[in-house]
Amino acid sequence: MFETLSLLTLQHYWWIIISLLASFLVFLMFVQGGQTLIYTLGKTEPERTIIVNTLGRKWEFTFTTLVTFGGAFFASFPLFYSTSFGGAYWVWMVILFSFVIQAVAYEFRTKPNNFLGQRTFEIFLFINGALGTILIGAVVSTFFTGSEFSVNKLNLTDIVSPVISRWEGPAHGMEVVLNWRNVDLGLAIFFLARVLGILYILNSVDHEAIARRSHKQLWVNAIPFLVFFLAYVIALMLSKGFAVAPAAGKIFMEPFKYWHNLMEMPVVAILFVMGVLLVLFGIFQPLLNFKACCSKGIWYAGPGTVLTVFSLFLLAGFNHTAYYPSTYDLQSSLTIMNSSSSHYTLTAMSYVSLLVPFVLAYIVYAWRSINRKKITEEEMEEGGGHTY
Amino acid sequence: MIDQIDLSMVDWARAQFALTAIYHWLFVPLTLGLSFIVAIMETIYVRTGNPEWKKITKFWMILFGINFAIGIATGIILEFQFGTNWSNYSWFVGDIFGAPLAIEGIMAFFLESTFIAIMFFGWNKVSKGFHLTASWLTAIGANFSALWILVANAWMQHPIGMEFNPDTARNEMVNFWEIIFSPMAVNKFLHTISNGYVIASIFVIGISAWFLLHKRHVLTAKRSILIAAIFGIITSIFLAFTGDGSAYTIAQKQPMKLAAMEGLYEGESGAGLVAFGILNPSKKPGNDEDPFLMKIEVPQLLSILGYRDANAFVPGVDDIINGGYKPWFENIQEEEKEMTYSVAQKIERGKLAISALRDYKTASKAGDTIMAKISRDQLEVNFAYFGYGYLNKPESVVPNVQLTFYSFHLMVILGLYFILLFIVVLYFLSRGTLEKQRWLLWLSLWTIPLVYLASQAGWVVAEVGRQPWVIQDLLPTIAAVSMISSSSVKITFWIFAGIFTALLIAEVMIMVRQIKIGPKDGGQK
Repeated sequence: MFETLSLLTLQHYWWIIISLLASFLVFLMFVQGGQTLIYTLGKTEPERTIIVNTLGRKWEFTFTTLVTFGGAFFASFPLFYSTSFGGAYWVWMVILFSFVIQAVAYEFRTKPNNFLGQRTFEIFLFINGALGTILIGAVVSTFFTGSEFSVNKLNLTDIVSPVISRWEGPAHGMEVVLNWRNVDLGLAIFFLARVLGILYILNSVDHEAIARRSHKQLWVNAIPFLVFFLAYVIALMLSKGFAVAPAAGKIFMEPFKYWHNLMEMPVVAILFVMGVLLVLFGIFQPLLNFKACCSKGIWYAGPGTVLTVFSLFLLAGFNHTAYYPSTYDLQSSLTIMNSSSSHYTLTAMSYVSLLVPFVLAYIVYAWRSINRKKITEEEMEEGGGHTY
Repeated sequence: MIDQIDLSMVDWARAQFALTAIYHWLFVPLTLGLSFIVAIMETIYVRTGNPEWKKITKFWMILFGINFAIGIATGIILEFQFGTNWSNYSWFVGDIFGAPLAIEGIMAFFLESTFIAIMFFGWNKVSKGFHLTASWLTAIGANFSALWILVANAWMQHPIGMEFNPDTARNEMVNFWEIIFSPMAVNKFLHTISNGYVIASIFVIGISAWFLLHKRHVLTAKRSILIAAIFGIITSIFLAFTGDGSAYTIAQKQPMKLAAMEGLYEGESGAGLVAFGILNPSKKPGNDEDPFLMKIEVPQLLSILGYRDANAFVPGVDDIINGGYKPWFENIQEEEKEMTYSVAQKIERGKLAISALRDYKTASKAGDTIMAKISRDQLEVNFAYFGYGYLNKPESVVPNVQLTFYSFHLMVILGLYFILLFIVVLYFLSRGTLEKQRWLLWLSLWTIPLVYLASQAGWVVAEVGRQPWVIQDLLPTIAAVSMISSSSVKITFWIFAGIFTALLIAEVMIMVRQIKIGPKDGGQK
């Protein structure tokens, strides 16, 4: 089935899968957003326990999506893996550290004799929630703003110095925070994650005080999210982009490239607009019709986030665009054509990708089984259950 | 910014990988085995309806959960480290190596993380049958993830199913099934997971023994020991068989590793297996020192284990460096065998391959098809030795013999001891006198650190024994790294060391407290 597809088609197919994984990852970062609100929404110990347990039942999905995103990117576009991870070393390391400390925080938080103390594990959750979202957002922004690196495969024949991908800036990734647009997207993702976290908590917790505070915090976080997001989108549409000349494969700067992409790919434009509208509806529906018990905002804002991020990734990689551009050497920029795996590997992996709907189906089934009933203070106090 | 590879960076990158792998492997094997033991216990609960079994299941499940979280924490670093510290590797073999990592995520991690949530939070939310299914699926998911990463590791030790593409300057997959079902991969997977099962069995027996020593939770402890000892005896025998299979594939594919495992410098026909030995620290490749200060040897056993022939020639370190012997390969007629090259010759051919690649790329760029064809042919003829071209002296191919030798022997001796322990425990359990054998209970408890030691030693054999290769014969560590400063890697090394050590202390302290609380109230606060 996949064998007959051209390499170019498979490269597009895999960019779609990468984009989907990235968009689900951003949606699932509601866990991270919620982690930064534990003390804002929970004023008493039992309230904080409810919030931590609500998020804690989903943290592994976010984590697994991140790991799968990394693995899938490696398998389908290995040159990105070697160039970005080996070059932007520090920004990735900081992101990874934040996830390392998250992975134990839920399980260890309230266990007796946990060495570092409950507060430390809660700080771990906060660090992960803040750094993880802001820095992932900033790194994704470099897909549009570029980084300083070079790629030369001939280096492999230099016995003294055979490394193909080289980072040409001294900060090895931390320079992402020096570009206002990167920081802007980082903050947009941070506030979006908090908004999604609040919406998820509103949807999953049956607790009056938490719901009241969540409602208030929705305003506080939705406004900066919208400001940062709109600023980013406007700057993106007005900026020059990294275009690929289809015949020669040469990369050049094209004014309004991402605006052109949006116009030349109407399906992407529709997805983008639908995504943004769904996010806005998801936010404003509970804001304008506050009912402490039953908010479904997450089920609009969540898919809205998926559609928006998905379409942004397609803007970065499709329509003859370099998705990981180099500002140091334009011709070193990575495109889905020059950085992908071979036809054989993409074909083999495409068969594996047929499992994805099956995986999604059992996740949805298991998710519904656990979320059928809202989390209450009584459930936390019940003996015999597994509480964080 | 940096023009040359910093040699100390290579060492620090190796140290960092070793550190994270060692920590990761402290937690993962218990997860592999304990998940099955818990699933078996829950199955008995569902079939008998006896609440005592539910209590037992929940107790071990709590210890599983504590251990699982820290396994994940250490695992994420390993995955991304291939990119951060080993970027050249990621490109050179990413077309093959990336696939198992992605499949691991799609097939295994989601299975594990989805159903573990049901396992922990679903007791009062889903049916008994669904909960039991979730427990089994968690165990299968955990073991599936081991499958894919071990396939990837085995491929690094024995690269097959791929071809080098000079246009893209990388190796590309040509046969997926050959990679998955290579004998190295099959043995590595079976050996490693059965090792996890043995660790979990000894963990359960050791902790239950502690309960018996303190006369607490006696019924729970005895039942746990029964399950774990049966599980342990079966899997430890399987472990020994797969260990034998591993040695056989190593003899075929990585003769230098086998020589290092046995401290064998001068090869011989009908080589014996060293049962116990003390290496001579002054022995170096090529000098006249005796490799051993003392040794006890089982005649001809190494030839049998390595080549299934009591008279087979097993090459030693010096033979491999100097070449000029006929390898004892299966299914090849004597007259068809070719003399092996010396390492010096292989280095020469490696350098030819590398320069042929350069010539090919230059000629292709200039449109010189004739020169491109000549260079390509030259590259293909010499490609099997490509990695040797980055080495500067023949002795570079010798791993740390002392570390490999002692690790291997420690692993084997302890492995045999574990089988004996399971037999003795089962014997006294069947006679109903286990509680009275306090020596055995203490021994079981103190075997817990030993089983971890044996397991780590196994990985030392596998990974130190294959140095200097990241990909056997094709890419040495020196050519696989990223272009970053050693100070960056040093800093992250110490940060990892600090965080992982703190988390390990936290984990052990939590575990000990949960064990002291015991299964009475489910082990929670």
